[in-house]
Amino acid sequence: MMPIGYYLFLSMALFLIGAIGVITRRNVIVVLMSIELILNAANINLVAFSRIFGDVAGQVFALFIIADAAAEAAVGLGIIIAFFRNRETVLEDEMGLLKW
Amino acid sequence: MLDKVIFFFFAGVAILSAALMVTRRNAMHSAVFLITTLLATAGIFLQLRAEFIFIAQVILYVGGIMVLFIFVIMLVSLDVALHQVQFSRQKWVALFVTLALAAEVGVMLWSSRQVPGQGFLVPNAMPAGKLPANTEALAGRLFDAYLLPFEIASVLLLVAMVGAVVMAKKRT
Repeated sequence: MMPIGYYLFLSMALFLIGAIGVITRRNVIVVLMSIELILNAANINLVAFSRIFGDVAGQVFALFIIADAAAEAAVGLGIIIAFFRNRETVLEDEMGLLKW
Repeated sequence: MLDKVIFFFFAGVAILSAALMVTRRNAMHSAVFLITTLLATAGIFLQLRAEFIFIAQVILYVGGIMVLFIFVIMLVSLDVALHQVQFSRQKWVALFVTLALAAEVGVMLWSSRQVPGQGFLVPNAMPAGKLPANTEALAGRLFDAYLLPFEIASVLLLVAMVGAVVMAKKRT
């Protein structure tokens, strides 16, 4: 196994790229995909620490995160489809209904 | 040595295609690059000897969630949207957040190096040959100590499924 700093660095890089995507993209679907990337970066940390401590609890939590990502994607994409049917847009700065 | 080559290959593929995913104009191209990133991350999991998470990543993420994303992109995407600006004007916020987080992790990695023998850069894991069978160990832990979170996760998935169907169906 490599020193754990390499895994932390990889995880940080993926997290930051995902954060940039969430902040700068206009398309809501791409924002949701960036959130998946962030969850995945957290998984790398959990599995790497689980390996270094020789304890599978970290992998159990990685499994829970994958289940949560599935639930989040299903609900988020349902909301996007419902919104698109009403407003004909998926761009987030055109979703200003509650803004006065 | 082989460990190192595998790690750097998959890490490079993951970071490169993640960067491409955020910058592509077409949402479908973004989805394809996200699939590449997720597969490269699965390779990292395999290099960490987490075989069950590797399989779950490939089947659930790439085979399930990403197919859902691609379905929705094909349902929702307009050709008109491709010619519009794809980035909102928040790049200074993004730059600030990125630099702050990077500085935080950098300080953490640097200061952990100051204590000899205690740092994050020191490898002290069990050798790969001595690990127990991964799926067996994972199942034993999941259905013993983490049984209640497992049941809660199943209820969460049920709620998400019902909610997605209710929101996506046509209003009558």
